[in-house]
Formats: sequence, C-alpha cells, structure tokens
Amino acid sequence: MARNREGLVLLLDVGPSMHRVLPEVQKICSMLIQKKLIYRKFDEVGIVIFGAEDTDNELTIEVGGYEHVVVLRNIKVVDGDIVEALQELPRGTVAGDYLDAVVVGMDMLIKKYQLTNKGKKRICLITDAQNPIKDPYKGTKDDQVSTIAVQMAAHGVRMETIIVRGRLGEDIDQRIVDENDHLLHLFSEKTSAKTVYVESPTSLLGALRTRDISPVTIFRGDLEISPKLKIKVWVYKKTSEEKFPTLKKYSDKAPPTDKYATHEVKVDYEYKSVEDPSKVIPPNQRIKGYRYGPQVVPISSVEWDAFKFKPEKSVKLLGFTNASNILRHYYMKDVNIFIAEPGNARAAIAVSALARAMKELNKVAIVRCVWRQGQGSVVLGVLTPNLSEKDKTPDSFCFNVLPFAEDVREFQFPSFSNFPASWQPSEQQQQAADNLVMMLDLAPPGKEEALLPEFTPNPILERFYHHLELKSKQPDAAVPPLDRTLKKITEPDPQLFSESKSVVEAFCKSFEVKENPKLKKSTRRLLQEKPSGSDDEGGYGDTSNALAIKSDESQLLAKADKIGDLTPVQDFEAMMSRRDNPDWVAKAIKDMENKICNMVENCKGGDNYCKALECLVALRKGCILEQLLPMAGTKTIQRFPSPSFQTLPGEKAWQFLGISCIKRAHIDFHIRSHRQ
Amino acid sequence: MELDPDDIFKDDEDDSDSEFYQQRESSKEFVVYLVDASPKMFSTTCPGEDQKNETHFHIAVSCIAQSLKTQIINRSYDEVAICFFNTREKRNLQDVNGVFVYNVVEREYLDRPTARLIKDFDCIEESFMKDIGSQYGILSGSRENSLYNALWVAQALLRKGSSRTAHKRILLFTNEDDPFGSIKGAAKADMTRTTLQRAKDAQDLGISIELLPLGRPDEEFNVSLFYAQLIGLEDDDAAQFMPSAGQKLEDMKDQLRKQMFAKRIVRRITLLIANGLSIELNTYALIRPTTPGAIMWLDSVTNRPLKTERSFICADTGALMHEPRKLSQSYKNENIIFSVEELSEIKRVSTGHLRLLGFKPLSCLKDYHNLRPSTFVFPSDKEVVGSTRIFIALHRSMLRLNRFAVAYCGSSFHPRLVALVAQDEIISAGGQVEPPGMHMIYLPYTDDVRLIEEFHSESNVRVPRATDDHIKKAADLIKRIYLKDFSVCQFANPALQRHYAMLQALALEEEEIPDTIDETLPDEEGMARLGVVKAIEEFKLSVYGDKYDEESNSVGNGKANEASKKRKAAAENAANESANYDWADLADNGQLKDLTVAELKLYLTAHNLPVSGKKEALISRILTHMGK
Repeated sequence: MARNREGLVLLLDVGPSMHRVLPEVQKICSMLIQKKLIYRKFDEVGIVIFGAEDTDNELTIEVGGYEHVVVLRNIKVVDGDIVEALQELPRGTVAGDYLDAVVVGMDMLIKKYQLTNKGKKRICLITDAQNPIKDPYKGTKDDQVSTIAVQMAAHGVRMETIIVRGRLGEDIDQRIVDENDHLLHLFSEKTSAKTVYVESPTSLLGALRTRDISPVTIFRGDLEISPKLKIKVWVYKKTSEEKFPTLKKYSDKAPPTDKYATHEVKVDYEYKSVEDPSKVIPPNQRIKGYRYGPQVVPISSVEWDAFKFKPEKSVKLLGFTNASNILRHYYMKDVNIFIAEPGNARAAIAVSALARAMKELNKVAIVRCVWRQGQGSVVLGVLTPNLSEKDKTPDSFCFNVLPFAEDVREFQFPSFSNFPASWQPSEQQQQAADNLVMMLDLAPPGKEEALLPEFTPNPILERFYHHLELKSKQPDAAVPPLDRTLKKITEPDPQLFSESKSVVEAFCKSFEVKENPKLKKSTRRLLQEKPSGSDDEGGYGDTSNALAIKSDESQLLAKADKIGDLTPVQDFEAMMSRRDNPDWVAKAIKDMENKICNMVENCKGGDNYCKALECLVALRKGCILEQLLPMAGTKTIQRFPSPSFQTLPGEKAWQFLGISCIKRAHIDFHIRSHRQ
Repeated sequence: MELDPDDIFKDDEDDSDSEFYQQRESSKEFVVYLVDASPKMFSTTCPGEDQKNETHFHIAVSCIAQSLKTQIINRSYDEVAICFFNTREKRNLQDVNGVFVYNVVEREYLDRPTARLIKDFDCIEESFMKDIGSQYGILSGSRENSLYNALWVAQALLRKGSSRTAHKRILLFTNEDDPFGSIKGAAKADMTRTTLQRAKDAQDLGISIELLPLGRPDEEFNVSLFYAQLIGLEDDDAAQFMPSAGQKLEDMKDQLRKQMFAKRIVRRITLLIANGLSIELNTYALIRPTTPGAIMWLDSVTNRPLKTERSFICADTGALMHEPRKLSQSYKNENIIFSVEELSEIKRVSTGHLRLLGFKPLSCLKDYHNLRPSTFVFPSDKEVVGSTRIFIALHRSMLRLNRFAVAYCGSSFHPRLVALVAQDEIISAGGQVEPPGMHMIYLPYTDDVRLIEEFHSESNVRVPRATDDHIKKAADLIKRIYLKDFSVCQFANPALQRHYAMLQALALEEEEIPDTIDETLPDEEGMARLGVVKAIEEFKLSVYGDKYDEESNSVGNGKANEASKKRKAAAENAANESANYDWADLADNGQLKDLTVAELKLYLTAHNLPVSGKKEALISRILTHMGK
C-alpha cells in the first residue's frame, strides 16, 4: 500500500438549482478519479450526494435526521465503478443542506480511518450555496459550524469548497447567499479549508485540481542579500507544465491466444560507424564530440568533469533594479516561488518586508542561483514580489529565469512609423480598434475573469481522458468531439461576441483585407484554409471572402485580351498569366513586340522611348519566366534605331535590361549577324 | 499551417537542428583580411596591453587570431582568407608579386576557418620572416604596386558565391597612410589612379572595403592622404573615422563568443479576429536558451562519427518490428490502445491558427503566468494585404489601453492559450533595443499552477507580516543596492563561455584552458561599501533584533550539521567495515561479483566515490579506482 494515499469524500449538491451545471460536475469529478486511476491508484474515494430525493446514510439510521443525503459510494479504492457512478449522478428534487452533507462526509472519514492517515483526508464540496441550512437544535448556525470546524481540524481533514455562482439576474435570495458565504468562510478561518467561487461552466471544470502533486523543494538554504545578511528560504516550482501522458509502445505481434503477452516493445539502440555500417560500437566506447568549425572535437567525460564550470550551491542577490527594466517577455521558463523557511518567523518577516518594499518602490531583485551542488551552470533570474491578501498565507517572491547575453537574438525589425501610409490605420480605424479592445473584455469589472489560467482546464488533456474512458468500455470508440464547455477555451465565446456585435462588425467593416494578387496560387494557403477542427460549426465566412477575391481576379483578367496604349506592361503581364488558353502567351509576346516597334518607330522624344524600354524589360522578363526564348527580346532590340541609342546617356538600354557583359557580346553578335 | 501528424509529437524546441542548417543557407559573410607586411609594420611599435611595446604587425595578427577564434563559434559557416602584401615571397592564383595568401592544408584560400588554421596562425610571427618575408612592394623606379596587386587578389578570392547570399568584405590593416609617398610625379598619379580604380571596381561588385589603420600616439594615421578616397569617405566623415576605427579594432578582439542566428521566420500564422476577418503574422524566436551545440557521438578509438540506429523488438516474440503505430495506456488494469492517428486527432482541438478570444487589462497577467520562452509576432502583408494596418491599429490600442489579448494558439506543436502583449519600439543611441510588435506568452492551465502558498498555510495561525518599520528599512536597503542600468543581456553565461574556452583549448591543443570570468557574481566591493553595510545592519537589527547570529547558527545549520554528521558517521563506519575485506585480492580473483551491492558500496563510500548505478557499474568503478 502506498504510504501517501489520500482519502477523499466528494460532497455533491444535486438539488434542482444545481441541475444546469451537473454535467460539468460529473465531468470534473470523473476526470479527478480518472487521473487517480493512472497516477494515484491507491487513493480512496467516497461519494455523497445531497438534495436527493432519497435518504441513505449511516447517521440517519444511528441518530436520525440527515434527510436527502445519499452515500452513493462508500469510501473505497478508486476503480471504474466510481467513474461510472459519477457519470450518472441522479438529479435531486429538494434543496440540499450542505452542512448535513459535511457532517456525513466527516463521519465517513472518521469511521474509516480513525486517527490514521493524518493530513491526507479531504472533503470536497461542490454546491451553489443558494439554499439555507436548517437551524440547529441549540445554539446558532455559527456555533454549529465552529463545532464542526474544530472537529475537522482535530482529525486533520482538509476541506475544499467550490461554489457555483449563478449568472446575474437570476432569481436568488441574496440574504441566504450572504449567510452561506459567511458560514463557509468560518470554515476557512477555523480549519484548513479553501473556498473558490466560479461563475462559468468552463471555470468550474478548472476549479478542482484533478492532479494532486505533493510539492518538492528545489532549494532550501540562504538567500544571500550580502555575505552579512542571509535569509532562510525554500524554493518550489510555481508552475510546471502537465505533460501529455507518455504512452507505452504497443506490439500486436503476440498471438491473440497468448494470455500472458505483455505487448511491450523494447527499443534497442546500436551505434555504428558512419563509414562502415557493419561495425557496431559498444555504448561505453562512445565519446561526445562538439563542432568546432568544420571539425568535431571529442571531449571525454574525464576532461569534461575536470574543466567544466563548477559553481557553488548558493542563491545570491546581485541587486535591485526598476521593474520597468525587466520586460515581461524576457521570462524564459516555468516559474519558481521563494517562500521563507516555514516556521522561521524572522525569515518570514524579512521576506515580507523586502517584498512589500519592492512593491512600494516598484523594484525587482536580480539574483544568481545555483540550486544544487554540482549543477553545471548558473541561473540568472528576477524576483518579483508576490504579496498575499490572506492572513494565513505568507508573502513570497516569484522567480523567473532571465536570458543571458547569448540567448538574446538581436534581429532588427522596421519601425511601424516607417511603413507606407497605406499601411497606417486612419483615425477612424484606430477608433474602431480602440472600441474592439475595450469591448471584447474578458475581465469586466464586477464579474468573474474569463479564462483565468488558474481556472482553465487543458482542453487536450480533458479530451484525452474522455476518450480513454470511452475506449475502456468500447475499444474502437472514435475520438469524441471537443466538449461544448471546453470550446470556450479554443474558440471565441459566442455570447461575448454577440454582446459586442456592433463593435465587432464596425471593426470588420473599417478594415479590408485581401489576398495578395501577385502571389502564385500554389503559395496561397493562409486565407483559403478552412478550420478543420473537431466539427464544422465553427465555419467562418472565410469561404465567401475567398470567393469574392477570386471573382475580382477573373474580372481583371477577362479584360486583358489585347495590349492597349495606356498600360501596355500591365496588359502584357495579365495576358501572360492567363491560363485558360496556352495561345495567350504567344499572342501576348507577339503583340508586345509589335507595340514596342510601333513606339520606337513613332518615337518623338525621350518620353516615348523610355516607355518602349519598359515594355521591352517586361517582355524580356515574361519570356524568361516562360522559358520561351533564352535571348528574349533581343530580336526586338535591333529595331531600335541606332541614333536613338546615342540619345540615351551611356548604355542605359543595356543596364535596363540587366544583361551582363558576356551576354551582351553575344547579343551584339546576334544583332550584327542579323543585319548582315 | 499544415497539420502533419508526425509533427504533432515534435516540440518547438526540437527543430534546433533545422535551424542549424537553415543558418547555412541564409546570408553568410566572406572576409579577406589584407595585412600590410612591409618592414614599417615591424619597425613601428606602440605600447601594448602590458605596457610592453608591440609591433603593428603583432597587433594586426593577434587581432585577426582573436577574431577567428570567436568567429569559428559564432558564425562558423562564414569564410575567411588571410592575405599579406608587401611580402618577399608570393603565393596567389594570379601570380602577382608581393602578395602572399596564407593557408593551411585541407583548406581552400577562402574557406571556413579550421582549428588548424587558427592554431598555425597563432604562431605565424615565429615563421613569418623565414617563410614569407617582408619587403616594400612599392618602390620608385619600378612599376610594381603591391597594394594594387593585393586588392586584385582579394577581389579574385571573393569572386566565389553571389553577392546576394553573401556579404563580402575586405579588411585592410596598414600603418602606411601614404603608400605612394616614395614615388614622384606622373608615376605616382598613375599608380594612385589605378589603385583607386581597382578598389572602386571591387566596391561595384558589392565588396565593401574597410580600413583598420594602425597609428602611434606621436604619429597619427592621416586618412585623408590617400585612404579616404579609397574607402570612399566624405570630408565630414573623415574626422570621425579615426576614433571609430580604433574602436572597431578593440571590438574585434573583445567579441563575446556567441552563436549567431540568422533572422528567420519560425512560422507563418493567421490571427482570426472575428467574422472571418483574419490577418497574417510571422513569428520569430527572439529569446531562446543557447546550448553548447549538438553533441555528435564519436568512436573513442578512431574519433570517427557514429550514427545511432534504433530498432524495435517485440518483447513477446522477439521479432524485429517497424516503429509501432499503436501506443497503450494502462487504465483500470487494462491496456487501452491508441493509434498514432487517434492521438494526433485528440491534440487537434483547433486549426493551426491563432484565434482571438478577447482582451484583459495587463494587471491580469501575473508574474507566474509563464511556462516557456515567448515568441515574437510581427505582421506581414505578403499574402494578406491589409494585415499590417490592422495589426498596427490593434497594437496601438492595446498599448494605449494597457491591455493584452488572449488567444488560443492551435499550432500543431504546442496548442496553448496565449497572451499577446504589445511591445512598443524602444530605440537607444545604439539602435533598436526592442522591436515593435507583440510577444506571445504561453499561459499555464489550472493543473500547471501549483498552490505552494496554500500548501504552507495549513496551520490556523496567522503568518508573521512585516511592519511599516521593517518595510521602511527594507526600502532603504533596496535603494542602496541599486543596479541603475541593468539590462538583461549584460551577462554572458559562464558555463557556456567555459565550454567554448574548453572546446577551443582542446581543438587547438592549447596547454591550458584560458580562464573565463564569471560576470554573474555579485559585486563584493559594492556590497562592502559603508552605506550598504549600514543599511544591511539596520535592516538586520530591525527584523532579527540581536538574534541574527544565533538564528543562523541554530535553525538552519543545525539541520545541515546533523545531516553532514550523519554522512560523516556513515563514511567512517563504511571505512571500518570495508577494512574487513581484502579488496585487492577479491578484485584479482574476480570475486567482486560474488559480493552484495551493500558490500560493494562500503568500498565506494569509504573512498568517497559515487554509489549510484547497477552492480556492474559499481564493480567497474571499484576496479577503475584501484587502477585495474
């Protein structure tokens, strides 16, 4: 048996007012159990529902009362049965009394564990706290709650409460809500209880931490302000990415009749000489090599150990600096937290004083950290104050890793002010953008902040565990579509967007985007790609947009069937790019040649002449693109009357064509021979 | 964005290799170091670093040597040639007099630097007179013009590669400000003209010529005599030229070893704003941890490269198989099987686009909302005309209203909720410090954030909080230990610099590894200043009273002492115990394998060796330690 197993009782309100969020309650609770099944197989869980139609619990038999509280599953080691029970929670018919449920849950934990398993007993209450609790036989409700809380503390039971807040405007009795808030707050004062409020179903899914990891320090020791002043601190990870589970490779080679088949796959690595693949080198005969120019320099582990950088374990302050010197995007990794050594009151005050002073002065601290002895590098980071609002939680510092000089790539980008005027937003457009940024507000005052990271579940992991459960029942189950509640994480909230519909529309109307017509079709992909998510209801207006552009183009193209006088170059290019009939290309070239000759022959001054040259350049370019004539345009060039060549300064005509000297000799020859 | 199922398992960080190769294709630099080797370069000296007089030739050569050592790490795909002029011997493809192209075996004249080149070049001064020799190449009466020849040779060397993909430079080191001073009359004018024309021709071909003049305190290098014309200086620039050239010389020597990356778009993405309106963005990696570079495994006997072959073996049948397309997760005592396709389907919760979800005030972005380095986003009008305009408008609004955008980034590598934080352009005298654009910050999910503070608040007691007096003392302290001009990129990574130094020493077979400075250590002198010490003492007195020393000795160290005492006792015990065995005898008779792991560990503990690993590892460690 695992030593750290946890005993947990879920107290779920299934009363009528809870019905609308019960699907989410089911999801989050089964996710909790599913993760326990994978990561904490020995944990034990019981389920209690209240507000139910029936009554079924030991206390009601022993002492009476406690109606409408049903022990759905007694505390037992997690298994598939609990998951299933949670997925089909009965809908209750009466307003539940959460205090009754708490007492029943406590009773279960106490009976099951007596005094063992201390600190690993937990009650998790999910309710909307909209219904009043019954008045006690004697004393006040406050007294009753206090008595229970003292019991709880005595038995080392932790309590976690998730209160589902209704949307505003719903018909609820504010007085009752306030009373319940007050009572539940009493719990957190008297014992280790925590209460969170959620408003949206999405945040309900994120409210219960489904993976319980016991935190481990990465450093315990001194935060050295100077050699004379050292503060005892512990450092933990504050954020750490929960990775997609690592799945085992599966082999289906074993015959289906073999019951004891492990279906495992062994991965073997062999090291072979590049020159002679038949030669296999044993792993310990390998040596690490690093590139030095074109060569590879071998460095043996002995040399490495002898010369490598060996800093001493320490956390040292370099100094304080303005918070504005550290931009947010410099943060390199997941975040650590520095707290004062637990139980060390002086250290706690020192950390608190520094944190509060830093906050006041808007300063941050730069520290150099070597977490472990033997660590091969130092970490440079920034401490920012992380002040606590609750009396029971200490002030602390957040620690973020900063880049070294080598880690920063100094790429230059153009200033926005250097962009052409056509790329700058007009005043009216700027106003539309301002409105959009203001109105699409995810954190409106007085309401819950939407998509708060602490309350947002990982949609991919949710989907994986959902699929896992489906597969455990039916091995060929298809990947389920992304849950409606989870879609609010990956897609815009339709409600928010419809509330500010006019602003969004105004924004879209003020700006215009179109595909770059100069790009070849094959390279265009950005706008045409349709969202190919789990289902298609997210289909946006992209297609119609793309269609509009297409028709625009075809109109443009349809016009160009001869080379006019006004825009000969554009006409020519348009004709060349017509793909409906291969004859267009030949026609375009012929027409262009004629046009140029016309221009040259009727040339009156330099103006026309330049135009002819431009046409010639276009013709040459077009021919090269089509790979028609390697000496494209040279046939035409001979028609330039020789006097006009002299009118151009230098040899501009050639430069215009961008023809190199060698080619030029060739052309000269070409022309000469033609003339003869 | 194509969704390649194989890519799903790749991480952003994984494509460092492709980045490596990408770099090769993008613009590189071809440099010809053109060093004057006339007798004047050897006879003129100026005070060097150690107050010793150094010849100009030495300064030029050591500067190039330093620069090569940096370059081989920073931009090892750049190509260099070293070319002396005013030499006795000649070696060049054009077979002109007075020009010697320096080279080593297995290398073309203009090629990537090699360890051999750097190593041999380091001791060039010893062999220079014997092998190459110094001799004035421009003498009155002869038509020889070594400077002209040198430029010609350099230009010919740089003929390689197109000027579009490579940046071509000639760096000219000389202390002769008037190369044709010894010649008079028409000959001088003629030589000057042809030389200038030669330089101009080179410049027309896209080669830039830079002059690194070497002067003496008492004898300034007069750039206006000849070279101003050669490098195309205007009159106004000439005055500023000398100081900046001196700086350039210094810079060449003291460059930080830092792998350079070419600016490259990591990915092109679309930001879907609303109602089908979407804009095109490019993403760039501006900040990424630099590693010592990819490890190549070598055969330790031959030092030849190895390749790793992976084979999959079915544990049940022992049959060799292809990489399995099925994976399993144990769940409810069963193996649940997923195909690779199903897994990528699960991860594809959204398209590869960035989807705007809304905006929040900047205060909602907490310091602990971070997981990995941010990605820089810059608009592009390449495919979708109008993108930049929309981006600029949103960028301005977000800056003005102090808001950031929340979006879902559905990239196949790393689908995540992200914050887009607008960054205004910051320009200092040196140029752009922060480019304008947005930074994409990857946000954690609920299970990624750990509630450490609550973990430690289980007791019912209030935690101690600082009083106003404590805070005031702390504020004084903060004001004292203040880093005024702190910038994130002011420190080099000492471990990486150490690695590069080691690499260089091993590659060049240098006898000792040059010391690297750890810039990240605190400024001890500054901390010892009276004002600082006083502020610290006052803070200490205010928080700890007079019990600071007591506490630091008892509370923390008490535990550490106990642990170390325990460790010491265990080591002593092991030493005693291990004395009971005749280790040499056991080793000789191959009986070590008959002992238990615990027994083997006694020896290891007694000799202060690591006790990790399997039994075989322990035995081999013991044998190694005994020298057998």
